[in-house]
Amino acid sequence: MSNATVLRLQGITKRFGSLVANDGISLDLQAGEVLALLGENGAGKSTLMSILFGHYVADEGSIEVFGAPLPAGNPKAALAAGVGMVHQHFTLADNLSVLDNVIMGTEPLWRVFSRRAAARARLLEVALRFGLPVEPDAMIGSLSVGERQRVEILKALYRGARILILDEPTAVLTPQESEALFATLAQMVAQGLSVIFISHKLGEVLRVSQRIAVLRGGKLVAEARTAETTQAQLALWMVGHAVDAPQRRPAKSVGDAVCVLDHVSTASAKDGGQDHSSALREVSLTLRAGEITAIAGVSGNGQVALAELLCGTRRATSGTAQLMGRALPPSPARLVQRGVARIPEDRHAVGVVGDLPVWENAVSERLRSPVFSRWSWVVRRAAARLHARRIEKAFDVRGAGLMAPARSLSGGNMQKLILGRALLAPEQAEDADNKKYPTRAPRLIVAHQPTWGLDIGAVAYVQQQLIAARDAGAAVLVISDDLDEVLALGDRVAVMHGGHLGEARPAAAWTREAIGLAMAGATQQQPGAGALQ
Amino acid sequence: MMRLERRHETSRAALMLAPIGAVAFTMLVSALLVLWAGAPVGRTYALLLQGGFGSVFAWSETLTRAVPLILTGLAATVAFKARLFNIGAEGQLFAGALAAVAVGGMHGGTGFELAPWLLFPLMMLAAALAGALLLLGPALMKNKLGVDEVVTTLLINFIVLLGVSALLDGPMKDPTAMGWPQSVSLQPDLELGKLIAQTRIHTGLVWAVSLAVMVWAIFKYTVLGFDIRAMGANARAAAFAGVPVTRTVVLVALLSGALAGLAGAIEVAGRTSYVTLDMSPGYGYTGIVIAMLAGLHPLGVIAAGVFVAGVLVGADTMSRAVGVPTYIADVIVAASLIAVLVATLLTQYRVRMK
Repeated sequence: MSNATVLRLQGITKRFGSLVANDGISLDLQAGEVLALLGENGAGKSTLMSILFGHYVADEGSIEVFGAPLPAGNPKAALAAGVGMVHQHFTLADNLSVLDNVIMGTEPLWRVFSRRAAARARLLEVALRFGLPVEPDAMIGSLSVGERQRVEILKALYRGARILILDEPTAVLTPQESEALFATLAQMVAQGLSVIFISHKLGEVLRVSQRIAVLRGGKLVAEARTAETTQAQLALWMVGHAVDAPQRRPAKSVGDAVCVLDHVSTASAKDGGQDHSSALREVSLTLRAGEITAIAGVSGNGQVALAELLCGTRRATSGTAQLMGRALPPSPARLVQRGVARIPEDRHAVGVVGDLPVWENAVSERLRSPVFSRWSWVVRRAAARLHARRIEKAFDVRGAGLMAPARSLSGGNMQKLILGRALLAPEQAEDADNKKYPTRAPRLIVAHQPTWGLDIGAVAYVQQQLIAARDAGAAVLVISDDLDEVLALGDRVAVMHGGHLGEARPAAAWTREAIGLAMAGATQQQPGAGALQ
Repeated sequence: MMRLERRHETSRAALMLAPIGAVAFTMLVSALLVLWAGAPVGRTYALLLQGGFGSVFAWSETLTRAVPLILTGLAATVAFKARLFNIGAEGQLFAGALAAVAVGGMHGGTGFELAPWLLFPLMMLAAALAGALLLLGPALMKNKLGVDEVVTTLLINFIVLLGVSALLDGPMKDPTAMGWPQSVSLQPDLELGKLIAQTRIHTGLVWAVSLAVMVWAIFKYTVLGFDIRAMGANARAAAFAGVPVTRTVVLVALLSGALAGLAGAIEVAGRTSYVTLDMSPGYGYTGIVIAMLAGLHPLGVIAAGVFVAGVLVGADTMSRAVGVPTYIADVIVAASLIAVLVATLLTQYRVRMK
């Protein structure tokens, strides 16, 4: 491993209005090392990398790549200097081949014929050198997520990247695929490349990197050799104070089935049935009162369809879905009426209407109930604001107040608002005849990625609320890509793959490896068989 | 190189300064054109202001012109707020005007034998319904089939205008009009009263202002208003929260189309008393400009409507006195729209030079 400095960030400062996203950050990257950039969401990791890659211009500071200053705000210059970026969300065209995707944009527009033979040879050579086997003529649409990520990395290497930035690369991978990625990275740095590995997962940072830089609140708070640090130390740096993980307590008393799905299938998302993995296929599931059922799986394997089915925004095409003995209504309003609390995956795009004030978002699900409107027509503004204030207080929603647009809330506070809206039953208005909207705690809670993108403190809070709701007798369904969360919350765990849902078994009957195998699509065996060990 | 960066927060000062800056920019751009036409800028603006707002008569003319503009502006506001881009207010206005005459016209002396107090609301209802139904089709096609409503509503305008032309030269033609393509007149009993004697300003202004207040109250105080605002701001989140999407789209289409239809009926009942092809110099399209100028605020539509009407009316006076073509009014309206849109953008983004 040589010690040449390939990248030097000096005093990078970036302000957005009054917010300082990056505050005088200086960082060096050596040739042949993996530097992990660790920090919570909002710590400034993405901003820093966006500056490096030229999407933003820093207010202060300079960047040197291989000793030469990098012009600011110019992604092409960054590419030319040998900086390659693999985004969390892939930028590949599904309907083109691997080779087409790799050479796209590398050839001059006015060249009449594409030099595909030369490009193919070069691609195969790069693939061989770094141990990233690909089939150049395969369509991207037919590849698994892990294979697509490989293509993204090859795309950067093909363009001559000597410094590779990976943004949360394991978020979409099974544990086994992550291992394969780590092996690839080791091979790359052994050949003198440098890698910046962005993550908020402590375990994999320790596993993959040689050095770790920790960002918090826009500042570089610590830098350490990986060998000389521990998980506890990293967590302390990252959060600034010690955080208690929510206490796992087994379910007290498991009650009756609240929601039963029997061989339910759905149409796939929006692509007219192209991608079958995004649809539900003959899914059977029973959710019981007083129990948390957690669904693990690599994202894109039907979790969205399952969540949307139970949130009323997607219909089943076959099979039966029952809620408390009656058919599951395919309508958000009627599900809320019947006591279903829903926490959507994407709080910005689905959870709240960002342009509308906090108080309207706090009652949006129940606006038609007699508590909040007369004859479902005129809004009872006083009652609505009173309830919004109760949510604000009970769930500790901090922001610029009830009148501010919901968009202005931080991710954690927005999630608390959504939790409060779903979980806190409104108090009966005096003159409201409230037969249709029960003013009691929810019977079923559907939480899709409830802690995604939240800081550790907010994660613990949200998880505690879900556990508390379970203890109060609700049936809870948690769908998550995060294996740690599945294991932290689930009383029973099931794994989703390709639109199929495996059997929900007690959490104690699973190992991480067994879940990983099931996530990758290994046939699930009967309980008691080998997969459990 | 210039880049736009999103501001983290919008300051109150920026929100106050934006419209002032927009007006200043508009005056500046228009002044260049006035100079080019060889007229003194100060005098031209003074005449324009005087012609639009300088006397009781000027005000009466401006407000008369403002009535249809406020109504089509409201039609655009309701629809755009829900992200239903109704470009068809022009056609809906004509449909409303024709429906009004069909119900309340003299029919060559053989009209409906109903008392005016019964016939008047029927006439208004028919006009509102005609406009509403004209928008319902495109709205449902958008909702169910994903057909772009900008295209359908725009094209329906041409169909309606040609249809009106055919009717005015055919079944609805006034036999006593010496061959002019115009409809029969409205029964005199059904015409709107004058607000000021010896002027053209009529009680349609009261209608327009009341409807603006009604739309404002719907937006602010009703569940439907929430549905409209939520759907326009984020349709997915609105559907997730239980907003009945199809129902809301239908109601928005009916409301928006009805407002444009009423614009036509009130023009007929308050000003022209019969339908001709030139009764609207593009009020339906100008309504879109007014809605945008008002920032889709129903009460702002009143102010924007009066402003645009004043500029249009004032330009006539100014043109006679200093010889600058009246088209300067169109330039002022267009420039002010662009300036307001840019100013709004700049309250949310900052420009960085590199």
